[in-house]
Amino acid sequence: MEMVQKMLAGSDLSLARLITLVERDAPEVPEIMGSIYPHLGNAHFVGFTGPPGGGKSTLVDRLTAVMRRRGFSVGIVACDPTSPFSGGAVLGDRIRMQQHYLDKGVFIRSMATRGSRGGLPRAARGVIKLLDAFGRDFVLVETVGVGQTELDIMEAADTTVVVLVPEAGDTIQTMKAGLLEIADIFVVNKADREGADYLGMELEQMLRMSSRESSWQAPVLTTQAINDIGTEELYQEIERHREVLRDTGRLSLRRQEQRKGEFIETIEQGIRARLLELVERDGRLMASLERVEKGEVDPYSASMEILTNKTLLQGWLAELERER
Amino acid sequence: MAEERRIRVLMAKPGLDGHDRGARVLTLGLRDEGMEVIYTGLRQTPDKIVEAAIQEDVDVVGLSCLSGAHRYLFPEVVEGLRERGAQDVMVIGGGIIAKEDIPFLKEKGIDAVFGPGTPVKEIANYIRENAKRK
Repeated sequence: MEMVQKMLAGSDLSLARLITLVERDAPEVPEIMGSIYPHLGNAHFVGFTGPPGGGKSTLVDRLTAVMRRRGFSVGIVACDPTSPFSGGAVLGDRIRMQQHYLDKGVFIRSMATRGSRGGLPRAARGVIKLLDAFGRDFVLVETVGVGQTELDIMEAADTTVVVLVPEAGDTIQTMKAGLLEIADIFVVNKADREGADYLGMELEQMLRMSSRESSWQAPVLTTQAINDIGTEELYQEIERHREVLRDTGRLSLRRQEQRKGEFIETIEQGIRARLLELVERDGRLMASLERVEKGEVDPYSASMEILTNKTLLQGWLAELERER
Repeated sequence: MAEERRIRVLMAKPGLDGHDRGARVLTLGLRDEGMEVIYTGLRQTPDKIVEAAIQEDVDVVGLSCLSGAHRYLFPEVVEGLRERGAQDVMVIGGGIIAKEDIPFLKEKGIDAVFGPGTPVKEIANYIRENAKRK
């Protein structure tokens, strides 16, 4: 594919347009992903999650500056929510990253979550791969930051940074089984505010009590992103985590898991999409749907009627076969 | 399967004035019209706007300027996009722009100019009907 060749040769315009295709789940996506596959594996993926307004964008901006000073190139994927009502979105993370606009070593892409309900758009994984193939040393992914549903990022990233602010003190209770477990690094940002030390201490205590695997103990850092305090230390912890992942073999294990997951997910999505199309065209099903809508029959019994109807299912399969 | 086409818009304020109410109103308005709007904030230089438009792969760049420098700043953006091979991106402008300047701006490649008080719906419809990219 010509656009892929241009992107691999360094064209950011081509990269941008490929990202759009992946975002749109265009028919070319399998071909694109296939042709970039041999060029993957160089980048380290770092995910940033945590409550909105915690300073993730600013932290990403300052961290990018640290990485650039060391000569690394950076790709940034910044996510914001899609409106469930209009389908539109305001993507405002970029506003915090203005110092990098003219730097060819930094590529920033804003993404709306579109159909995804978690903090990460469905296409984000494909997009970070494109940035990897483009030759970026680090790919920083900033999630929407809605709290408990942020587990997607853990699966997509090599290092997950959870960014909290002192005001989040009380919410620690609620994240016992959520964010707390996915973090490889904790950051207490806006550390000049009251309660930062207390939150840091509380986190450390909780971590010490947990019995997770021991090759990596998540550190707790305090930062003031806006004043560029603590970002150098954050960079060093990311590097340290990367080395541990590599040395213990967990990085390649993780990549294996990711590949497996994507394989199954892609098949699942493809089948579901095609099946839904068929279902929409099926008169018998539409009739049941109408009865369910009117409340004449409950949704469970109605769906069992469909799922146990072998001729119906076989009809769909045959139609799938024909369309292929 | 393939998602429907989602129009992406970059809203930018070139020049030195600090009045971004108009740009913000339009940002929210176009969001409500189902578009993805990337807001880049105040005091952007034309080359920064061009780079952002390229990376974000937008269909439309919306420029707002109230300082009077639009005759210089708007065409710079159009020219920059052209140089980078993104001449298919629509460029529209707004702000305090004298009527006499509109033909000049159009000649320089600005697709449309919307003055104060233009309903958001009108701008959204214009974008939907005229966005050049497929």
